[in-house]
Amino acid sequence: MPAVSKGDGMRGLAVFISDIRNCKSKEAEIKRINKELANIRSKFKGDKALDGYSKKKYVCKLLFIFLLGHDIDFGHMEAVNLLSSNKYTEKQIGYLFISVLVNSNSELIRLINNAIKNDLSSRNPTFMCLALHCIANVGSREMAEAFASEIPRILVAGDTMDSVKQSAALCLLRLYKTSPDLVLMGEWTSRVVHLLNDQHMGVVTAAISLITCLSQKNPDEFKTCVSLAVSRLSRIVSSASTDLQDYTYYFVPAPWLSCKLLRLLQCYPPPEDGAVKGRLVECLETILNKAQEPPKSKKVQHSNAKNAILFEAISLIIHYDSEPNLLVRACNQLGQFLQHRETNLRYLALESMCTLASSEFSHEAVKTHIETVINALKTERDVSVRQRAADLLYAMCDRSNAKQIVAEMLSYLETADYSIREEMVLKVAILAEKYAVDYSWYVDTILNLIRIAGDYVSEEVWYRVIQIVINRDDVQGYAAKTVFEALQAPACHENMVKVGGYILGEFGNLIAGDPRSSPLVQFNLLHSKFHLCSVPTRALLLSAYIKFINLFPETKATIQEVLRCDSQIRNSDVELQQRAVEYLKLSSIASTDVLATVLEEMPPFPERESSILAKLKKKKGPGAVSVTELEDNKREGGELNGGGDRGPDTAAMAASNASTPSPSADLLGIRSAAPVGAPPASTGSLLVDVFSEAGPAAPSAAVNDDGFLRDLEQPTETSDSLLVEGSGDSDSAPPSEDPAPPLSEADELLNKFVCKNNGVLFENQLLQIGIKSEYRQNLGRMYLFYGNKTSVQFASFTTTVSCPGDLQSQLNVQTKPVEPLVEGGAQIQQVLNIECLTDFSDAPLLNIKFRYGGALQNLTLKLPVTINKFFQPTEMSSHDFFQRWKQLSQPQQEAQKIFKANHSMDTEVLKAKLLGLGTALLDNVDPNPENYVCAGVIQTKSQQVGCLLRLEPNAQAQMYRLTLRCSKDSVSRRLCELLAQQF
Amino acid sequence: MQFMLLFSRQGKLRLQKWYVPLSDKERKKISRDLVQTILARKPKMCSFLEWRDLKIVYKRYASLYFCCAVEDQDNELITLEIIHRYVELLDKYFGSVCELDIIFNFEKAYFILDEFLLGGEAQETSKKNVLKAIEQADLLQEVSQTPKIFT
Repeated sequence: MPAVSKGDGMRGLAVFISDIRNCKSKEAEIKRINKELANIRSKFKGDKALDGYSKKKYVCKLLFIFLLGHDIDFGHMEAVNLLSSNKYTEKQIGYLFISVLVNSNSELIRLINNAIKNDLSSRNPTFMCLALHCIANVGSREMAEAFASEIPRILVAGDTMDSVKQSAALCLLRLYKTSPDLVLMGEWTSRVVHLLNDQHMGVVTAAISLITCLSQKNPDEFKTCVSLAVSRLSRIVSSASTDLQDYTYYFVPAPWLSCKLLRLLQCYPPPEDGAVKGRLVECLETILNKAQEPPKSKKVQHSNAKNAILFEAISLIIHYDSEPNLLVRACNQLGQFLQHRETNLRYLALESMCTLASSEFSHEAVKTHIETVINALKTERDVSVRQRAADLLYAMCDRSNAKQIVAEMLSYLETADYSIREEMVLKVAILAEKYAVDYSWYVDTILNLIRIAGDYVSEEVWYRVIQIVINRDDVQGYAAKTVFEALQAPACHENMVKVGGYILGEFGNLIAGDPRSSPLVQFNLLHSKFHLCSVPTRALLLSAYIKFINLFPETKATIQEVLRCDSQIRNSDVELQQRAVEYLKLSSIASTDVLATVLEEMPPFPERESSILAKLKKKKGPGAVSVTELEDNKREGGELNGGGDRGPDTAAMAASNASTPSPSADLLGIRSAAPVGAPPASTGSLLVDVFSEAGPAAPSAAVNDDGFLRDLEQPTETSDSLLVEGSGDSDSAPPSEDPAPPLSEADELLNKFVCKNNGVLFENQLLQIGIKSEYRQNLGRMYLFYGNKTSVQFASFTTTVSCPGDLQSQLNVQTKPVEPLVEGGAQIQQVLNIECLTDFSDAPLLNIKFRYGGALQNLTLKLPVTINKFFQPTEMSSHDFFQRWKQLSQPQQEAQKIFKANHSMDTEVLKAKLLGLGTALLDNVDPNPENYVCAGVIQTKSQQVGCLLRLEPNAQAQMYRLTLRCSKDSVSRRLCELLAQQF
Repeated sequence: MQFMLLFSRQGKLRLQKWYVPLSDKERKKISRDLVQTILARKPKMCSFLEWRDLKIVYKRYASLYFCCAVEDQDNELITLEIIHRYVELLDKYFGSVCELDIIFNFEKAYFILDEFLLGGEAQETSKKNVLKAIEQADLLQEVSQTPKIFT
C-alpha cells in the first residue's frame, strides 16, 4: 500500500511535507515554514468560512510544524472547533492537536472540556474513546476537576463497551497521577478490583495498571486484589501457548499481563492465606521451570517475553525474601545469564543479582559467581554493563572477599571510563574502610586510589583517611611512613600532597628517628611540592609547617625563613599571606608551652557516619547503598571507627582549630553547619590582634571556639547576599541617598559581640569592618577599622552613626567624619566616643555609603553597643547574693527564659562568656555547683542598676533556664533577651 | 512509561509522546540529550541504559530508533517488546512500514500509539484488536468522505 493513500490523504499536507523534506538548508526550511504559517493565518482570518476539511488540513499542518520543533501560537481555536465536528476524521485531528499542543492553563480548556463532555455522553464508543484518550494525554488538573467523578462510573458500568473500559481505566490512572486528591474511588473500589476477573484480557491488562497504582497508595483498601491476581496469574501460567489466542505473543501467553500481575503482587507482603500462597509459589516455580525449557522459537521476541516474566518473578521472590529455595534457584538462573550471548540478559542478570546479594538467603549463592563478575568488569565492551558488574561486586563484597574485590576494582580504575570513575573511587574507599582488618591495608588502598585516580578522589575521601588515621593510634606511624614514601614519586597528585602534608604535620615525629626521613628531609620533601600546588593545598602546607615548628624545634629557623620570604608574607593571595604572617608571628612570639598548646595534635574526630557513604548516597539516591550496608552494620557493628565515646576536648580542639583555619575546619565536623571553603580574605593588622588574643590562654581560646572562628567564617556567608543587595540598589532605582535599612543579619552580627569587644563586625566582598572597643563606667570608646578589600578606590566614603527614636536621649555617640577616599587595599580608622545616659534597649545604627566603580554602596549595620557593656562586676558572698535576690522579688523585676542550647555547653566556654558579659562570676554561691550566678552594676549617667543573674544548664536536655533580677525592669528584660542568644 | 521518542539516524525526531507533564523547553532538552546519547552508542551494546533517574530502553529498526523512558521498577525486557509490538502494528497497518510512512502519516502513527498505549501503560496488547479499532476509524472516515467524491 503506498503511504499516502491510507486514510483520507490530505494532499496539501503531503505536498507541504515534501517541500520541507526537499529544503536544502535550515534557512530554506524556515522560509518555507514562515510562508506556510502566513498562508494559514490568512486563511483562518479570512472572511470566508473554511469548510471542515480545510480547517482539518491546516490544523494538521500546524501540528506538523510544531512537531518539527517550531513554536505555534495560533490555530488553537480552529482545533477546538474541529472537536465539535460530527465528522470523525475532523474530530480526531482536533483532539490530536489539543493533546499535543494545549497546556493545562490554556483559556480554551473550558471549551475543550465542553466538547469532551458531549463526546463522553454521546454513547458512541469511538467518540467516547477519543475523548478519553484526550483526557489521558493532557491529564491536567482542570480536566481532573471536570471528569474525575464521571470516569469511574463509565469504567464499571455494565453496558460500557470493552474498548471504552480500557480507555477509561488508563484515563483514570493518568488523572490519579496528576491529582490524586480528586480521584475518589470509594464505592467503586471493589468493582474496580473485580475487573481483574474480566473475561476480556485487554480490559484486565488496562485495569491492572490502575489497580497497581491505587494499591501502592492505599494497600489496605485494595488488598482483595491479591487473591484475584494470583488466580489470574495461575490461569495464564498454566495455559497452553495457544489458549489465549491473540494475547499470546511469540508462544508466550500474555506476557504483558503476567508481568503486571507479578508487579501488582510486589505491592503486598506474601499472601497470608496458605492456599493462595501455595498457588503462587507453584506459579513462581512454573515460571522458573519454563525458563529452563528449550525455546519454542528462535526469535528474540520469544526469549525476551519469556525472560521478562522470569525477571519480574525473581523481583517478586526477592521482594518476599522468605523462600530460600526460590531465592537460590533464582540466583542460579541468573548465573546462567551472566555468560549469555545476549548483552541485554547479561546486563539484567547483573542488575538483578545486586538485589539478591542483599538477601541473607542468597548472598552466599551470589558470591559463587565472583570470578564471572570480575571477568565481566574486565571484558565487557559496553560501559553500562561494566558499571553493573562494578555495582554487583560492591554488593557482594564482604569480609571474605573484600581484598580480592578491592584489588580488582582498583586495577579496573586504571582503565575505567571517565563517567564512572568518581563513583568507583567512592565505592573502593567505602569497601576499604568497611572491611579493613588491618589499617595498613586501608591506608595503602586509599593512597593507591589517590595515585591511580587522584583527579576523581573527592574531598570526602581524603578527609576520611585523615579522620581515620587521627582516630587510630596504631596506624599513625605506618601512615606517616607510607605518605612519606608516596611523596617521593617525582610527580604525585595534589591530593597526595594534601594527605601527606596533613599526616606529616601531625605524625611526622613518628618517623623522624630514621635519618632518611629526618625532620628536615620531611620538610624539604613537602616544600618541594609547594610551588606546584593550588592555593588551598599551599594553605594546608603552611599549617603543616607551623606544626613542624612545634614537633621539631630544629626546623624552626628554616621554616621561619620560608615564611618570611616575600612570596609568602607578601603573597597576593590574602589567605596565604595571612597564614604566613600569623604563623611567623606565632612562632616568634609564643613560648614553647604556648606553641605546644596551640599546635597540639588533633583530637580524635567524633564518631559518625562516613562522609563518603553520605556522598555516595547523595550521588545515587537512597536506594543505591544496598541493604548490605545496613546488614553489615548490624552484623559487624561498624568497627573501624569503633568506640564512640571519645569525645573531643573542646578547648584543645578550638586551639588546634585556630592554628589551622578553614580547610581543616570542615574536617573537624564539630562545626558542620559552618560554611566550607576558603575563609574570607582579610587584611590589615586587625586579625593579628584578634589572633594574638586567641592564642595563649585556654579559656579565651574557648571563647574563640564560638567567637573567633565564627568571625572568620560568618562573613563569607553574608557577603554574597549583600553584594546582591548592593548591586540591586544601584541598578534598580536611582541611587538613593537615604541610609539603607539595617541588614537583615544586623541583629545576628550584634549578638556576636555581646560577650566580647573585639573582632570583625562585618565583611563582604568589598569591605571589612573590624571593631575594638573598651568601656569604663558609663563611658566607652570604640575603634572602627574599615578595610578596602578591592584594588579599586572607594570614593565618597562616608559613615554616619545615628541613635534612632528613644535611643537619642539614652545614648550619646560622637565621632569625627572619616576621609572620603579609601584606596584599594587600605584601611582607615574611626573613633567613636560613647556615653550611656540611661539604660537602653536599641542599638545605634552605623550607615556606610561609598562609591565603588560608580555604583553606590549603601549599608546599615547595628553597632554592638549593648547595655551590658556598662557593667561593673560586683563580688559578693552567697549570703549577700541571696539576700539581694530576695529583695528584687517584684514580678516585673524578674525576667526569665527557658531555651535550647545553641552552642557548646562546656563549662569553660560558658564561664568565658559570662565573664565577657562584664559581670562578676560568683563561685560557691549557688547550692547547685552546675549553676552559674553573676552579679554586676550597670553604670549610666543618671543611675546605677544592680543586676543578678542565674543560669541553670540542663546538659541532658540541652536546655538552659536563665533568670535575671535587676533593680530596673526594662534592664531585666533587655539583658534576658540579649543573653538568651548567647548560649 | 514517561515518554516515547522515535528518531532517525540523523537525529531527527519523528514522533514524540509524553506521558508526564513537562514544559516544551524541558522536552526539547531531554530529546536532544537523549538522541545524542543513543546515537553515540555502538550497535552491539545493550538496549538499556540508566539516564538521570530513568531507565532508557531503545532499539533500532532500519533507519529509525525507538526509545522509551521507564521508571526504576519497570521491566526492561517487556518494554523492549512494547516497542516491537508497536513496530508490528505500524508494519501491519502501513504494509512493511518505512520511515517515510511515519513522516507523511504522522497523525496515523499517533492514533495507532494511542490505541496501543494510553497514559504510558499498555491499553490493548492484542494486535488484532488494535488494528480493528484503527480500521473502524478509517471506515468512518471513508463513509463520511464518500459523498464528497460521488457528488
